[in-house]
Parts: sequence; structure tokens; C-alpha cells
Amino acid sequence: HLMQFMLLFSRQGKLRLQKWYVPLSDKEKKKITRELVQTVLARKPKMCSFLEWRDLKIVYKRYASLYFCCAIEDQDNELITLEIIHRYVELLDKYFGSVCELDIIFNFEKAYFILDEFLLGGEVQETSKKNVLKAIEQADLLQENQNEDWGSLSADDIL
Amino acid sequence: MCRHSEPLDRLRMPAPIRLRELIRTIRTARTQAEEREMIQKECASIRSSFREEDNTYRCRNVAKLLYMHMLGYPAHFGQLECLKLIASQKFTDKRIGYLGAMLLLDERQDVHLLMTNCIKNDLNHSTQYVQGLALCTLGCMGSSEMCRDLAGEVEKLLKTSNSYLRKKAALCAVHVIRKVPELMEMFLPATKNLLNEKNHGVLHTSVVLLTEMCERSPDMLAHFRKLVPQLVRILKNLIMSGYSPEHDVSGISDPFLQVRILRLLRMLGRNDDDSSEAMNDILAQVATNTETSKNVGNAILYETVLTIMDIKSESGLRVLAINILGRFLLNNDKNIRYVALTSLLKTVQTDHNAVQRHRSTIVDCLKDLDVSIKRRAMELSFALVNGNNIRGMMKELLYFLDLCDPEFKADCASGIFLAAEKYAPSKRWHIDTIMKVLTTAGSYVRDDAVPNLIQLITNSVEMHAYTVQKLYKAVLEDISQQPLVQVGAWCMGEYGDLLVSGQCEEEEPIQVTEDEVMDVLETLLQSNMSASVTRGYALTAIMKLSTRFTINVNRIKKIMSVYGSSIDVELQQRAVEYNALFRKFDHMRSALLERMPIMEKVTNGLTETAQTNGEAEPMKVEPKLLSTAPPSSNQANDLLDLLGGSDVTSVIRTVPPSKPNTVGGELLDLLGGLDLSG
Repeated sequence: HLMQFMLLFSRQGKLRLQKWYVPLSDKEKKKITRELVQTVLARKPKMCSFLEWRDLKIVYKRYASLYFCCAIEDQDNELITLEIIHRYVELLDKYFGSVCELDIIFNFEKAYFILDEFLLGGEVQETSKKNVLKAIEQADLLQENQNEDWGSLSADDIL
Repeated sequence: MCRHSEPLDRLRMPAPIRLRELIRTIRTARTQAEEREMIQKECASIRSSFREEDNTYRCRNVAKLLYMHMLGYPAHFGQLECLKLIASQKFTDKRIGYLGAMLLLDERQDVHLLMTNCIKNDLNHSTQYVQGLALCTLGCMGSSEMCRDLAGEVEKLLKTSNSYLRKKAALCAVHVIRKVPELMEMFLPATKNLLNEKNHGVLHTSVVLLTEMCERSPDMLAHFRKLVPQLVRILKNLIMSGYSPEHDVSGISDPFLQVRILRLLRMLGRNDDDSSEAMNDILAQVATNTETSKNVGNAILYETVLTIMDIKSESGLRVLAINILGRFLLNNDKNIRYVALTSLLKTVQTDHNAVQRHRSTIVDCLKDLDVSIKRRAMELSFALVNGNNIRGMMKELLYFLDLCDPEFKADCASGIFLAAEKYAPSKRWHIDTIMKVLTTAGSYVRDDAVPNLIQLITNSVEMHAYTVQKLYKAVLEDISQQPLVQVGAWCMGEYGDLLVSGQCEEEEPIQVTEDEVMDVLETLLQSNMSASVTRGYALTAIMKLSTRFTINVNRIKKIMSVYGSSIDVELQQRAVEYNALFRKFDHMRSALLERMPIMEKVTNGLTETAQTNGEAEPMKVEPKLLSTAPPSSNQANDLLDLLGGSDVTSVIRTVPPSKPNTVGGELLDLLGGLDLSG
């Protein structure tokens, strides 16, 4: 009872984030991504957010130009998965300040860090928005404070 | 490590391009080729940086590599670099390193095992954010070997008072158990007071861990049943507590935790009266008090319904649950309608009457625009058909059959046939329904439908004239739908005499001549649209008419002699044998081409249901051994198979057919319950 993966992609089908919670080869991941993106992009606005695909349930929602797409297993609650997706978007929004696709493109590593404070192994690890953001904030600070080796570079400049 | 360049050169060498700069640059590429070129150039640069063991900018280079990997380019040469980053003492390095490991490393490759030691060290790091990175990586992609090596560390962290780490350790433990189920026992002691935590993160992940353990081991399940009162209490507090900004979602306190608790309760209450009773009140409370205006409330209600239906709940509670689903069906939100239909499908067998009350709403969902909703509504509709509602339901389902997408037609047609067989209020209604399916979705009907229908028609003795008349008219209009045409041809061959005699009681008889019937059959024989099988049907039908029609024997003989040299081997064989029948065995012809008697349906022989109004009572029936020998001579046996042959699956019996007597019961129903669930 597990989220098998989460994909973020644009309306043109460009991948913006991929989080896999099951072991698959790169080739398999690419195949799944390609097929699923095609399937979801073909959906009409009047259709519901759930579809059956292979032996999985797919839950997806579009936020502006980005599709958030999760694969869950048969026993899982689709409606709460929508809430999980929404919570993640809220976290991104709080962190980046009115998040847009461009933020995620240019700061993808941060999008991953935030996701990894919210979900772990495909399950929710923290239900408080405040706590997730606090943890990220602290980790960012830690990154900032450990940059002696980079001379005068700020945390943002390290990468 | 080689250092060919002088320190001065090193100073002059520019720092590798920054991540965001690279992203910006790549995005300016106007073609795929241009992008590829940029990537290749940068990769070459990164490769030399790696070769030179550039510690300073390793994390920058790996980050860039991860970006390029996301675009679809190979990045395996960065795998070892990720390991070096993880081993570094700098937090930025570790952050990028672990991210890279999760994206680039694969538990199927041995190189991932090199991480194990680093993770072990980091699990014991003095900084909780480093420990967090390690727990996250292990819990996301740890292989069985890694899990075995590190389970002890995870177990230790599960007992820490640091809630930040404890919650992560719990989910990490879940992953370990999934990978190495034998290790589950070692986490048992640590679960002792997990639920005493106030911290919601720990509570949530603990509930997930307990759920995982209960799922995997009946012993664990029995052991954890004692937690039911505590879980009920926690859930109650969540519902009754006032507004808590930290966990509030549209007025509901921590819906994620509520849902997980409900799921664990489901598991614990299943098949256990005491536990089910202990949770009865809280379930009723959640079911009645949860706000339904937003998705979040409905998510909780949904989980509640699933729990109520799965445990040993009181009937009142079950009715409450089904009514919630009924209300869901009326919700504007299609997602809610979708889950309602899914759940109803699961409960329709056990709580049939309660679900029946929502039948009209379910039938309305057949008109929904969403494919998944339509499919579920269709399956549910079939499950709800009974002797009382058959006429109304069939009207809706035939309407649906007409308008639905091709992907549904085969299943819908099959479903209609099954339902009609079980519950047809009259023979005429049954034949009419079949006709409607054949004319509406004739080309989507399954292969086995044709012999089944032929048998049905044969056994409806008093409807023969009506049936052949209807089929004749339908075939005249459209010869493209093969199943329709095959059944039609068969009937024309069998009952052609009734057709031309103008005797039809059920409706206005039509005027048809023998020549006209022959014309239609010959058209089928010759048409490009006819499948090979169809031609076989038509040929045999023509042959049968030689004993039923009076004037056209020469025409028939002529056809047989022509097809005796058909390039279609099947047709050729038939025609040759029919010719032989004319020439050498003419004295046997009328006996061999006699009207088909009522057939016993050869099923798997397991159950035969007696037809009563709306209810089906299964009777056990021994598999029948059917005699293939007719009363006539041995020589005729060789020809018998030809006529009984591949067209129809049953065979001619010597035992006189039994006469069924009740209205609607004439139809031998040998099918058990409909099972159309997903």
C-alpha cells in the first residue's frame, strides 16, 4: 500500500521531477514515463482525476502548467492522494512564494528536498506544513553555514 | 591523482558553469540537436572535472548532471561521484550526493552497496539533518542487503525521543520490512509506546508501521488488536478537538492521520466482533459529523465507508455507509462519483438490497462523460438487474449499448445476454432483446454468443416463426454484422418453411417467397463482407431448405455443385458432401436435415439454476454424457457431424427433450450468479 512513483510534467510532456519508490531500470522508468505522460495529456478536462493504468491507479491533477501525477496501489484512497498532491503544492508555494513551473525548473533540487521532508518511501512522514517548512529552512541554513570552503560564496552560489 | 597543470594554471581555470546558468543556457536551445550539443559539451567538461578530482565543485557538477539526466540524457558516469559526495563532510555535498544516489543508483547494481557504510555513519551523525538524509535514502531505495546491514541502526532510531528522527525511522522500518520481511520481529519492542506520542508526524508514521506489520503477520495483527481503544481515542480527539492551525485542512484536523487510523482500524476490526464493536461508535460519529463540502472531508468519509463495510459492523451502520455512497453519487465532483461507484461495486454482493435503493442514480451515471465512471456504472447496473427491474433496466442498458464507445460494447452485449437469460419475463421479450443487441452492436458480440443464441432460439419452440421473421428483416437491412448474419442464416435454414408460410402469431406476418429467401442466403454466400464462417452457415442453411422448400431444389443443387470447387476448403468440403447427399444418399436426406430438437446446453456441468422470478437457486447437476449416435445407420454417422458440426456446440440426443413448464422458466438457465466485479 504504497505510492509507487510521482511524476511532475508540463503540458508539453517535459519531465520536471520524478520520484520513484520502487526499483526499476532507467529504461523501464523512461517507458512508463513516456506512456503515462501521453495518457494523462490525452485526458479531457471533464474527466475525473483517476484512471486505471496497467495494474495501478493513477491520480493526477493539473496546477497551472504542471501536471502532478501519482501511481498508487489498489487498496489506496484516491481522494486522500489528491490531498497529498495538494499539500505538496502548498509546501512548494510557501517555500518559493507563489510557486510557478519556472521555480521548479530552476530549483529542481529544492523541489526534491521538500518532497523528501514530506514523503518518505511513498508515505506521508509529516502532516504539519509548518514542520516540513521548518526542517527545510534549517537544512538550508546548515548548508549556508557550512560553506567556509567556498570562500565568499553564498549557499545559492555553491551550486 | 595526476597534477600536470601548475598551481598558476589552476587559478586561471574558470570555475565550472553554475547549475542555474546551465539550465538557462540549455533552455535557449531551439532544436533537439542544439540541446544535445550543449549537453555533450557540458558533459565533457564535467567528466574532466571528475577526472581531476575537483572536490570543490563536485556537488555543482553532479547537480548539473542530475538536471541533464532529467532531460533524458545518460548520467551513469556520475554514480561514483555521488558516493564521494555522500562521504564528504559538507552538508551541501551530502544533500546533493544522496539526491544523486536516489536518482542515479539502482539497487540492481552492486555499486549501490558502497553507500552502506556511509549511510551507517550518517545514521549516527551528530546533526539530525544528516541523519535524516540517510534515513530518507535508505527508506526510499535501500536494497535487501543494505536493509539487512542497517536494520539495527533503524531500530535504534525508532526508539529515540527526537520526533524528527523517530517519524523517519518508522517509515524506514516499513521499507526494511517490505524488503526483508523476516526482520519484522526485531521492530516489535520499539512499537511499544509509539502511539503515546503527541507529535502527529510520529503518530502518522507509527500507524503506517503498525499497519504494515499487521498486514504481513496474523500474529502481529492479533497482538495489536489491543491498540483499538487507543486508536479510537486518538481519532476521537482529532474530531472533537478545536481548531488546530498546524494540522487544519478546511476545518478538519489532520485528515491524513484520520485516514490512516481508519485504515488500521479496518484491519483490526475485520473478522473480530469485539474490535468491531469497540469502534462502532467512533465510525458512526465520523460518518455523521464529517464536513462533506470539500474533497478532504469526503476522503475521510470514503475511508470510513470502506472500514464499516469491511468489519463486522451493525446493520444500521452498514446502511449508513451505503447511504453515504448514495449521496456521493449525487455529488457534483466526478471524483467523488467515481469512488462511490467503485465502493458500491465492492459491496453489491453483500448488501444488495441497500445498493438497490440507489439504482436510478447509478443508471444515470451511464450517461456520464468519463469513461471510468461509465464502466463502473455499467458493471454495477448488471449486478443490480433482477426479475423485478429487468424491463426497465434493459431499456437503459440497450440505450447505453447503442451510444457507448466501442470498448464497452462487447462487455455490455455479453452482460445483456446473461441478464436476459436469467430474468426474461417472456420468450418474446427475450428474443426481442437479443435482436436489439444483434442489430445495435452485432459486430461486437462475442464468438460464443452465436451458438448460445442458436440454442436459445431452438428451445423457444413457439417463437420460431416470429424469430426467423425478425431475423430475416434485420439481415435484409444489414449484412455487415457477422454474428447477426450467422444467427439469421441458421434460422432461415432451419425455419425457412415457417417464414414463407406466412404464419406468425406474434406480429404481422410478412410475405416472403422461397426465391427471396434463397436470394438473401446466396447474397451472404457471395458478399465480400461475409466472413468464412458466415459463408459456411449460409451454405448449410441453403442445403437445409432442400427439404423445407418445395420448388427450389434444382437451384440448391446448382449452388452445391458450384461450391464443390470453391477455393475455400471448408466450403468446398461441405458442398462436396452435400452433393454426395443428393446423389448417393438422397433417401436419407430428409431425416438428416430434420428440424433440430431441443438441445441440452453443455456447460462446465457445475450448476444449473432453476428459473424463478428474480431469485436463482443453484442445483447441482452431473456433467452429462451425451450420446452422439442417432437411431439411423452407421454410415449416416459420418455425415452427422457435418450437420451438427462446428456451427453449434451441442449435439443431437436420442432422449426426448423435457418440456419445461413455467413462464420464463422455459429457458434453461445454467449460469450461476453474475460476477462482473472488476
